[in-house]
Amino acid sequence: MSNLETAKHPENLKRIAIEPLTRVEGHGKVTLLQDENNQIQQARLHIAEFRGFEKFIQGRPYWELPVLVQRLCGICPVSHHLAAAKATDILVNATISPTAEKVRRLMHYGQTLQSHALHFFHLCSPDLLFGYDDEVRHRNIVGVIEDHPEIAKQGVMLRKYGQEVIRITSGKRVHGTGAIPGGVNKSLSREDINYLKKDIGQIVEWAQAAVELIKNIINQQPEYHKTFATINSNMLSLVDANGGLEIYDGSLRANAPDGETIFDQVNVLDYEQYIVEGIKNWSYMKFPFIKSIGPDDGWYRVGPLARVNNCDFISTPLAEAERTKFRSFNQDKPVQSVLAYHWARLIELLFCTESIQLLLDDPDISGNDLVNKGDLQAKGIGVIEAPRGTLFHHYEINEDGLVEKANLIVSTTNNNQAMNESIRQVAVDYLNGNELSEPLLNQVEVAIRAYDPCLSCATHAMGKMPLEVELLNASGEIVDRLHKHSDGHCS
Amino acid sequence: MSTAANTLVFTWGNPSRGDDALGYLFHDELIRANFDDVDVLTDFQLQIEHCTDLENRKRVIFVDADMTIDNTYSIEQISPDSTMAITSHAMSPQALMHVCTQVNQSTLPECWLLRIRGYTFELGHPLSEGAKRNLNQALSATKRLIKNKIPKED
Repeated sequence: MSNLETAKHPENLKRIAIEPLTRVEGHGKVTLLQDENNQIQQARLHIAEFRGFEKFIQGRPYWELPVLVQRLCGICPVSHHLAAAKATDILVNATISPTAEKVRRLMHYGQTLQSHALHFFHLCSPDLLFGYDDEVRHRNIVGVIEDHPEIAKQGVMLRKYGQEVIRITSGKRVHGTGAIPGGVNKSLSREDINYLKKDIGQIVEWAQAAVELIKNIINQQPEYHKTFATINSNMLSLVDANGGLEIYDGSLRANAPDGETIFDQVNVLDYEQYIVEGIKNWSYMKFPFIKSIGPDDGWYRVGPLARVNNCDFISTPLAEAERTKFRSFNQDKPVQSVLAYHWARLIELLFCTESIQLLLDDPDISGNDLVNKGDLQAKGIGVIEAPRGTLFHHYEINEDGLVEKANLIVSTTNNNQAMNESIRQVAVDYLNGNELSEPLLNQVEVAIRAYDPCLSCATHAMGKMPLEVELLNASGEIVDRLHKHSDGHCS
Repeated sequence: MSTAANTLVFTWGNPSRGDDALGYLFHDELIRANFDDVDVLTDFQLQIEHCTDLENRKRVIFVDADMTIDNTYSIEQISPDSTMAITSHAMSPQALMHVCTQVNQSTLPECWLLRIRGYTFELGHPLSEGAKRNLNQALSATKRLIKNKIPKED
């Protein structure tokens, strides 16, 4: 763990706040403390966590959960929908049918595809294509559309296709009811399948092009991509029974920074024996760590980087070929660069398109065996690999079927310590000794953005997205201020 | 896929976050009104792929909650604006319109933005009383607008 978490004498230091962070979801803040020589003495990422989640859920009937939890987040409602559905499968003591599992998988691949496409093309490609010090008005998706219209259009269409998969599998665009306790409420009709099959060949090609694009970007500055905000961390993810990439189901695997196994094939129902949610007095957000290692060194990363590093193979051929190239980037050791998240994310995007293509040819996808149920159980745990990383839903219900306890560990919470470590690395490498400037501070955001954090809050009413950066002296007086308005200009 | 209606009303918001539900509830009310030649869509947020929903339309009315306006609601015609940069996952309608001019094949429709005043946006909170009143007024005004100004077929 970095020694920049807590300064020894914060009272004598200048405080800089980056708030809110841009091109991430929700509201977060970075605070930096600088000494009189502009050396960073403390760097912290603060996130207004999902404090209302458990209260929102408690007292509600279990069968509402898959629909109810979609409302927790406007960015990854399908992840919550499926994690809750998996937990309720256990509550109703059901092994779901092949049709139910494949329809859910299709939904999940669709959402991962659209989420990864949005993140890369919409949120991160401006930094990667134009550079981190490009003029802020140009460094956004509109700039990409003007300068690289074909790339931007492919991003739009990949995203749209994923949304269509969600709409068809869940019933509607928003608040779908596709997954229910013990199964799904519909399978795909022949018309649905034909509609999705029409474009899937093109979608796979565009996904391949996206992987080529990120490789070209990396090849232009390989050392920068290897070293920017790089930290060595443990990695946690689901894997399948053979160690392959798995994003819907599977068991837990944690690997050390050098790739050695910490634990493997752990049943997700036992997650509390392996993962502990730590707390720190300066943050509302928890700091999970691997129990056997402890809080100082047991923190880990989740998400595409962890998944592609952790798995032994990917079951689809195109993505597997790209995984092999990815691993060779660091001589077959885990790739620890934070910017490699983008590369791993696009390999997963390709995997999702291939997987969708396979499922559309699977007769189970239109089967009639939709729901199984048994005797009601008191506890249900559902774990899924959301686009941003491992997501835990844990519910306990009473004999009336009402939720008495709910515990959610969301992907961004799992990455909390890692994001903090990454911004500290940026602080050391780029900010030390420098005066405040927007391009410089954007480096901090670039590091955070690579994780694709969902900082909660689907609330997005207009006028709530400025960037305020304040520089204060030791007395707390503002000596400089930078304000980035919601239209992107600074004053 | 069915043919696009000439008028699209596109709302967004999270129904479980207090007055952020305004867009969602507006959507439900307009669906009930069942206007001819009007499509009504909703989503959690306005996103880049929604440019495809604007294709082959003559008029689009965007609807969202807003905590900055002084009135109960405001409606204005809007234009594409490439400077309305995107700072989160969500887009501005003006930026989306600009994307449409670059991505879509069809002519950009006439676009309006209806903003309804909201006051509280916390998870699990119900719609505030003030927002309920504002919603009803905004609905009445929009229904009049739709009835009187649905573009005719060429």
